[in-house]
Amino acid sequence: MSGLRALAASALLGLALWQGLVWVTGLPRFILPGPARVAETLWQSRALLAEHALVTMAEVLIGLGLGTVLGALSAIGLAASARARRLVGPLLVFSQAVPVFALAPLLTLWFGYGLGSKVAMALIIIFFPVTASFLDALMRPHRDWQGLARVMGGSPARILWHIRIPAALPGLATGLRLAAVYAPIGAVIGEWVGASRGLGYLMLLANGRAKTDLMFAALIVLAVFTVLLHAAVNRATRPLLARD
Amino acid sequence: MSAAPALEVTGRAEIAGRTLFEDLSLQVPAGRWTCLLGPSGIGKSTLLRLLAGLAGPVTFTGRCGAADGTPLQGRVALMAQDDLLLPWLDVAGNATLGARLRGRRADPARLDHVLAQVGLADLATRRPAELSGGQRQRAALARTLMEDRAVVLLDEPFSALDARSRARMQELTADSLQGRTVLLVTHDPAEAARLGHRIVVMTERGLHDLAPPPGPVPRPAGDAATLRLQAELLEILRRDAPTARAAG
Repeated sequence: MSGLRALAASALLGLALWQGLVWVTGLPRFILPGPARVAETLWQSRALLAEHALVTMAEVLIGLGLGTVLGALSAIGLAASARARRLVGPLLVFSQAVPVFALAPLLTLWFGYGLGSKVAMALIIIFFPVTASFLDALMRPHRDWQGLARVMGGSPARILWHIRIPAALPGLATGLRLAAVYAPIGAVIGEWVGASRGLGYLMLLANGRAKTDLMFAALIVLAVFTVLLHAAVNRATRPLLARD
Repeated sequence: MSAAPALEVTGRAEIAGRTLFEDLSLQVPAGRWTCLLGPSGIGKSTLLRLLAGLAGPVTFTGRCGAADGTPLQGRVALMAQDDLLLPWLDVAGNATLGARLRGRRADPARLDHVLAQVGLADLATRRPAELSGGQRQRAALARTLMEDRAVVLLDEPFSALDARSRARMQELTADSLQGRTVLLVTHDPAEAARLGHRIVVMTERGLHDLAPPPGPVPRPAGDAATLRLQAELLEILRRDAPTARAAG
């Protein structure tokens, strides 16, 4: 309960700062709309916002799901084979040197203006954190457990399945928590580059028409969704972290 | 369980160029308890790990294994000071880990029997975090018994327990591992004096073989002969210590 109260207090402080900034600078509302104005727009355009929010949420959730599965499978594959690590490891690091923003136009070219390119964008942006943090946990030595398992006659594959993977699930959980924050960024970048629906598209549209209040409203919806998604993933992965 | 073999280790071991032991010759009789007593860092655990096939960074030259010439692999079970229970599995899951690692199903009747034997029948569904230190070590013993191996290597399995749990665990372990070839590594003279059919003291000056008083193990802790043996073991440990030599 005190957590909720702290959250409400923190939100109030944010709103107060925002309103203060509007008063002090005296900027016109098409440059910096106040909280009251944005709240009004939020309510008036709720149907429009909801429609676009649903599209973005779908992109994010599908990207998150696929990215998690692919990331986890890659981490397991890499953990199982030293040769794969030598071969693919540098490639993985190199892929991180390519700015994801620069990939967005390519993905739009390949996957079209619809859902596909945004899902791909979200997937790519979360793939590395999921793979890296799960792999890192999988490669932690646990020498004593593995020694015992070898004495028991366990094959490397079974040791991986029965000991290394369960022991590394907290690492996967850490990756997922990061992914929950990154995935919406990926989807919105995808929408900026080329889309006809989604919150990112709506923000560009509102910006172009000097409807700054609608842009803020879309931004708030996106932020609230991201926070809720992060909280949900946090809660869902808690059992994985409370294992030892 | 196959017939319990005798074990032997003869040779030298080094770790990163540093000699751990040289010209060592250890014989472990079949089907009996041998206690390997010695100070920390003398290489007792390394010896045990060599027998378990877990040499790690140690380079060993010589003979190490069963005296019958067949490989020890698949005939050894290991139990250490750290219970090594997997925190995400309950007691039953931990006890049957070996079977799962070999891709088999554990015999449920045997599991019930073993859990009852170590007194954990009512705690089969508890996670290690919910158990006391003594209960955790009993779960580790259950896992060792489920393996049903002819050779059991014990690496100070009781040293983290309080005096009462330790005495109980010693008796329970001695009882349940009867007929197997057991090598117990310990730094506690009292433990060696109670449990060894044969006691080998490993010091800086090499191995000392001692014949304990006859009779079944575990010996009563208050027995005069046991206490005398315990004092004798302590004396060997102190006499062979490098600082004692420098001072004396």
